[in-house]
Formats: sequence, C-alpha cells, structure tokens
Amino acid sequence: MSERTFAVVGTRPVRHDGVDKVTGRAAYGADANWPGMLHGVVVRSPHAHARIVSIDTSAAEAMPGVKAVLVGSELPDINATIPLGEAALDLRDMSYSMMARDKALYHGQAVAAVAATTLDIAREAAATIVVSYEKLTPVMNVDEATAPDAPILHPTMRTKGAPPDAPPSNLASRLEMKRGDVDAGFADADLVIEREFRTPTVHQGYIEPHACIARCGEDGRAVIWCATQGPFFVRDASAAIAGLDPAHVKVIPSEIGGGFGGKIVVYLEPVALLLAKKAQRPVKMVMNRDEVFRATGPTSGTKIRVKIGAKRDGTFVAAKVSFWYEAGAFKGSPVGAGAMCSIAPYKFPNFFLEAHDVVVNKPKVAAYRAPGSPMASFAVESVVDEIARELKMDAIDLRLKNANQEGDQAPYGPKFGPIGLKSVLEAAKNHPHWKAPLGPNQGRGFAIGFWFNGGMNSSATVTLGGDGSAAVQTGNPDIGGTRAAQAMMVAEELGIPVERVRPSVGDTDSAGYTDLTGGSRVCFATGMAVIRAAEDVREQLKARAAKIWNVEPSAVGWDSGNLIPPAGAKETKSGHDAKPLTVAEVAAKMAHTGGPVVGRASLYAPMAGPGFGAHICDLEVDQETGRSRVVRYTAIQDVGKAVHPSYVEGQIQGGAVQGIGWALNEEYVYNRDGAMENAGFLDYRMPVASDLPMIDTVIVEVANPLHPYGVRGVGEVPICPPLAACANAMRSATGIRFTQLPLSPPRVLEKIMAAAPVAVGA
Amino acid sequence: MKLHIHTTINGEPAEFLCDGHETLLSALRNTLGLTGTKEGCSTGDCGACSILLDGRLVPACLVLAPEAQGRTITTIEGIAQHDVLHPLQKTFLENAALQCGICTPGFIIAAKALLDKKPKPTEDETRFWLAGNLCRCTGYDKIIRAVMEASV
Repeated sequence: MSERTFAVVGTRPVRHDGVDKVTGRAAYGADANWPGMLHGVVVRSPHAHARIVSIDTSAAEAMPGVKAVLVGSELPDINATIPLGEAALDLRDMSYSMMARDKALYHGQAVAAVAATTLDIAREAAATIVVSYEKLTPVMNVDEATAPDAPILHPTMRTKGAPPDAPPSNLASRLEMKRGDVDAGFADADLVIEREFRTPTVHQGYIEPHACIARCGEDGRAVIWCATQGPFFVRDASAAIAGLDPAHVKVIPSEIGGGFGGKIVVYLEPVALLLAKKAQRPVKMVMNRDEVFRATGPTSGTKIRVKIGAKRDGTFVAAKVSFWYEAGAFKGSPVGAGAMCSIAPYKFPNFFLEAHDVVVNKPKVAAYRAPGSPMASFAVESVVDEIARELKMDAIDLRLKNANQEGDQAPYGPKFGPIGLKSVLEAAKNHPHWKAPLGPNQGRGFAIGFWFNGGMNSSATVTLGGDGSAAVQTGNPDIGGTRAAQAMMVAEELGIPVERVRPSVGDTDSAGYTDLTGGSRVCFATGMAVIRAAEDVREQLKARAAKIWNVEPSAVGWDSGNLIPPAGAKETKSGHDAKPLTVAEVAAKMAHTGGPVVGRASLYAPMAGPGFGAHICDLEVDQETGRSRVVRYTAIQDVGKAVHPSYVEGQIQGGAVQGIGWALNEEYVYNRDGAMENAGFLDYRMPVASDLPMIDTVIVEVANPLHPYGVRGVGEVPICPPLAACANAMRSATGIRFTQLPLSPPRVLEKIMAAAPVAVGA
Repeated sequence: MKLHIHTTINGEPAEFLCDGHETLLSALRNTLGLTGTKEGCSTGDCGACSILLDGRLVPACLVLAPEAQGRTITTIEGIAQHDVLHPLQKTFLENAALQCGICTPGFIIAAKALLDKKPKPTEDETRFWLAGNLCRCTGYDKIIRAVMEASV
C-alpha cells in the first residue's frame, strides 16, 4: 500500500465549494426563506429543576398573527432508540429534553413554542405564555448528584443493573474494565502517584446557531431544511418525535457552520415540524447564542481520580482510574469512551477502570470532538507528567517506554493493528521545539491523546459525464473540506483532473443512506465508498472499451486515466488497430456502448484504525495577573495518509486550539440556582486570533490497512492532548500542579499567591 | 409604521422598509436577501456579521437599520469585482483558510478593512485586528497566513 504513488492524493487543490463560501453565496441553516413562512420561537424554563404545574397559552393563541402554539403534552410518548455505531440514542430522552413535559430539568429547557407571521409577534406571544412552576433544588455536579440525600431528577431511574426495588438514583450507570491484579501491581511499584482532577462543562462553540425550516403538506409529507451533521438521523429522529412516518419526511442539509458533535441530535426540527403541521405553513426556527449555550451542546463536567504505579526505570505496572462524568439532565455521558481512551496509549499489565454516568440539572450533553477523551487524557497525562518529574525522566522517553504498538492488546479489547504512536513520539522527540530554550516565565508541557475513529455506514455515487467529467455525491454534510477530498479520490481513481469532478451533498431522498458527519469517519468510510464507486465506474469503462474493441473486459488495461487495448486488438467498427482511449473518449461513446455510466458503492465499516497525537506547548505566565499565553505550539499526529494535507493540518490546528480554549479559559459559570451566568461569547471566552501563535503541525503517515489509501480519521485526536499539554506547561512555568480546569487567570493567580504570598506587590 | 431607508449597498443605490428597532443585519439578511452576512451571536462578539459602513468595520447586529440612511454599505457580496475575486478571497481559498466557512465572510470583510488602512500589517497587528472575529474550526493559523499573503 505504501508503495502506491498518487497523482492527486497528497496535493492541495482549491476546494470545490470554496468560491461560494468566500463570496457569501453558500446557504447555511438560517439563510433559506420559504414562501408563506412563519417564525417559530421557543419558551424556555427559567429554573434548573422544577415541576411544571400548568401552562396557559390562551393569550398567545388569541394574538393576531399567531398561527400555532405547541406544548410538551401534545408530543407523542415514544419509546425508541436509533442506532449510532455501536451505541444508540434514546429518542424518548431526546424528545423530553427537547420539550419538557411534567418537569423542567435544566435552565433553558424548552417548555412551549409559538409560530407567528413575524418574529416580533412570535416573541411577544411567547412572552404571554404563563408557565407555573414548583421549584425544586437543582443538583449541579456529580458530588451533589450522588450525595445520599440528593434531589432525584428522574423518579423512575435506577442505576443500570440495580434491582427493581432499588431506590431511584442520579447514577445512571457504572461500568468496570479491568486487567490483571491492580493491587498486586501497586504493591510491586516503586512510585505511586494519585491525583483527583476536575474539568468544567464546556461547549462545542460552533459559530452558526442551530437553524431549520420545516413544512408539512396536506398529504402529510414533510420537508426539513437544516444545518446538521446527520440528515438521515434528523429524518428518523424528527419523524419519531413528531409522530410521522419517516417514509414521508425528507431532510435537505444546508451548509453547516460548525458542529463538532453538537449538531447530531435534534432540538428545533421536530418542534418546527409540529408547528408547521398545525399551522399548515412552513416554520423557520433559529436559535440565538444564549439559547445555544443554555439548551444545546455541552460536554460533561467531570471528576476523575487517577492512580498510577511505576517501577524506578519508568515501567508502568498498574493504573486505577475512577471516572465521574455529568450526563446533563438525561443519561448518556461519554464516560465509557473516556475510560477506554484514558490509558489506551500505554501497556499496563494491571488496571482497574470504573466509569460513572451521572445525571445533573444541566443540558443533556451532546457529542463533542472525541467525546469523553480529552478530560480523560488531561487526568492521565498530568499524572504521567508527575511520574516523569519524580523519576527525572524525559517526558517523551517515559511514554516511549510504555507505548503500545502493533500487536499489543488495547485496554478496551482488541489487539492494535499498525498504529503510529511510537512514530509520533519519535517525531516529537526529534522536533526542534522539544529542545528549544525557554524564555523567562515560560514552561513547556507535553501530552499525548488517543481516539478510536469511526467507520459505520456510507454510500456514494459517481456519475460520468459525456465529456469525461464526473459528479460524486454522498450524504455527508461537508463540515470542513470533505467535498474536496472526495473529488480528489474520484480524480485519483479515474485519472481525470480534480477540477473536472463535481462533488455534492445529497438530501435524504437522493443520497444513499449514510451515517453522520462525525467520528472522524467521512474521509475514511465515506471516502472508501467514493473510491469503490469510482472503481465501479472504471470497471464499467473497461467493459465499454472492450465493446469498442470486441475483446473481453478483463483484457482491457488501465494506465492513469487511459484504457489500454490488448495487443493485436482492432476497433470493431473501423477494423483499425486499437489505440488507447482516454476516459473522455470512452465517455463520449456511452450512448452507443450501453448508456449512461453510474458507479455506486455502499459499505459498513465496523472498524476504522485508531489515531494518536502528541502536542508540545510553551506557555508564558504573567506572575502578577495569572494570565497565561501560548507562545509556541506543535502538534504531531499519525493520520495514516493525508488526502488534502492543508485540510488535515487545519483539523489538527483547529482541534488543538479548541483544546487550548478548554484548558485555559472556557467554562460554564453557574449561579446558585443553576442558571448559566456567562451564556455569550463575551463571557464564555473562546480563543481569539490574538491569543495564539501559529500552530505548527507534523503529519506522520503510518498507513491504515483498513483503507485503500491508508487513511485514518483525523478530526478528533487533536483535541485530546492540549488540556494536559497546557497544564503540564503550567506546572513547568509555575511549579504548581493544577488539577482543575480552566487555568484561568484568577485560578492561576490564587495558586501563585498561595505558593509565594509575598512575591506579588511586595 | 415602517421607515423608508435610502442607502448605497455594494455600489448600487438601495432602499428598504424597516421597523425602528430592527437591526441592519436583519434588514440585510431578511429584507434585502443579502445572506452572506452571517448572524453568530447578535451581541457584537463574534464578527460573523462584519460589514463596512462608510468604509468603517462594524458588526451589523449592533447597527440599527434606520442608521443606514444615506450611508454606504459594503457586504461580502460586494467584495469580488464582477468575475474577479478579491485578493483576500483568493488567498483564503489557496491557503485553505476556511473549514465550515460560516465565519469566512466576516473575516474577509474585517481583513479588507485592515488592508485598506494598513497594506502591510505585521502578524501581531493582523491577529489583534481580527481578534473580534471568532473562528472555531481553523485555530486561525491559515486565516492569518491568508491575510498576510494578500497584503504583499
């Protein structure tokens, strides 16, 4: 595989959807308007935990211009799940989270919705809806939620596996993973380090708020236009929640303005659909930023206790890690994935992992880029850093000594195939950044991260034009350059210029079933479908050429875009010696050789090929204010094979910076009543351009044998190392081990003052 | 009672009706169909709705639509000249300076305002000028490179 030389893969063409996106023509979720359209607005709970006693919508319904009002009791009660890879999403929970019934379980949860002829009227009408609440005490973190007398969110929820007569609990589930004898392992260790870590609730922070338009015709057939990572999922979930037959629902994905996992589940779509059905007019709904923060997205706040034992020479002998992840108001945090990722890089002969999924009065968590892994990596990589310090070992050497490689058993089960962890570590060690001198008040941190990467269902069609150009269509919304990558794959397989390939994203009626854009799966799994569909075209072209030459299709050769006749072949019509034909020449004869050529492929990829990354971070800390700044950053990652290196670098840079934000600034700040106090971009401080240096990337390519080009998923790994890379850099700069994120100026300053109370201002 | 506003948008005279409390962003997007200017926050914090008002960089979400009376507006739709992309549009494409693309119009407008003022900004100047524009996909690296490349 590695011997294959590529003509197009590995080059950096301009993306096909680029001009539309730099000229403002590309249409995102909120950019469409349909004739006769109404505007929908949601009424949200002002309490984090409350019983809904009554809802009076009469004033809203009487208001001129109001065409439909919806409350939770009108939604069908469903009991269903939708498979998502190896997991499943609970549609009942999603329905309740999207529109409260008897209880509001987080501040900002929807309790009613209104559709009216103008946005102003809809807002005025929403303000007249009177909801009577009985306030309950909110539980806002895993400690409060699991206290013996904790208020219970769901009176019928028992810990998974508990007997039916067990009392209800906020602990949704607890799972264990183990290997060997962890106590014996610790007894055998020369050094044992144990620490407890906490990370805050953070949001994906996509710049485009959730938006959709839905209509529902007289015949019950519905169309939804929306910004989503998974149009097929939106179809199935919206139909189920709204009580429609998915056979009657079509979803048209708009361009999508970022998602990072947060635009998988539905929030507005079923509401818009039900309002549209009631009003018999299209309904447009667009969230504002406040709603995005309060009612969508976030990922789990966590508590993680890590204990690692090592021999004097650095060999890891035992790990015990307890994970407590907030799920938000409904079960289903990514704690299991976090546990599986936490020690995946390392050979531990003995380990014990326990993962707790805990409900709290916050929005139900959504997937966020490598769900569960960054927090786990923060905790484990911080302790590994401590071990290196105690043993006076180089941080990379310690990791190299314990790194998993091909043939080692992953802690989560299977044996690793070819993986790039050691190559990544070697590349980091040899990078000039690792040895570069530091300036005053600067510290350097190192950390690694892991993500499984996803496979799942994908389909693709490649349609040949009579001029030898080609169109490729898949069902994956293009969130960061996948159209370009898919066009490159077609160009590679057909030997035609990439500019002559037209990639597009189909709707749920036109594209073959395809799982969501997520899990770092699109370039890998959907890409594989695209490659196979292009190969299908190539095989058909060979059959057409065989017809032209009156030979067996198997006798036709292929050489970079040319169909090669077997020796001695003659053209059927003219009797002349057969000459090689280009794709365009055979395409021109399609009508006379059997009609249009359409290649197709569909597949289920059960496995993907895991990815590892290593980050080096230099922080400069202002000792007087506690403010820190990243002054140099290098991210190294095994990507298998970079199809479009610029977009691979972009994924790595973007993931690193999201992780830097998580490490240094971002957090949901809640007041005592469980209301978020910083639900806006001014106060929820994501990194801006002036916070950052250039993010250097090193692409390592250890081919993935599961993919014809060797591709591995790229997008998720880079958000895993930065949390610990920053915290380890902070340790290096200040001498202080921070176990709680973010490393915001007040928290850092407090610790600096405590460590040297007279140093500042003295 | 709607207000009747006369203005110049992307070099052409334009008029529209609006409510007194309506934002210029809403008028551009919903009344005039200029949806290239994006709405990310409505509080002036994300820069997705950046436009030029009499040549000055402003977030359209913090300008009232009636304030456009008699003023000159440039939006992303007016950056390319006929069939020729603006140098910033080219360098954004060549540098892969966009992923999802929702922040791109705002960045290009803000960067144009910078280059109009200061044709050869340093990296620091570029980073601080663009600090009012949020991008969550790229980590800014390729955006900064694209802007600096367009400046030479």
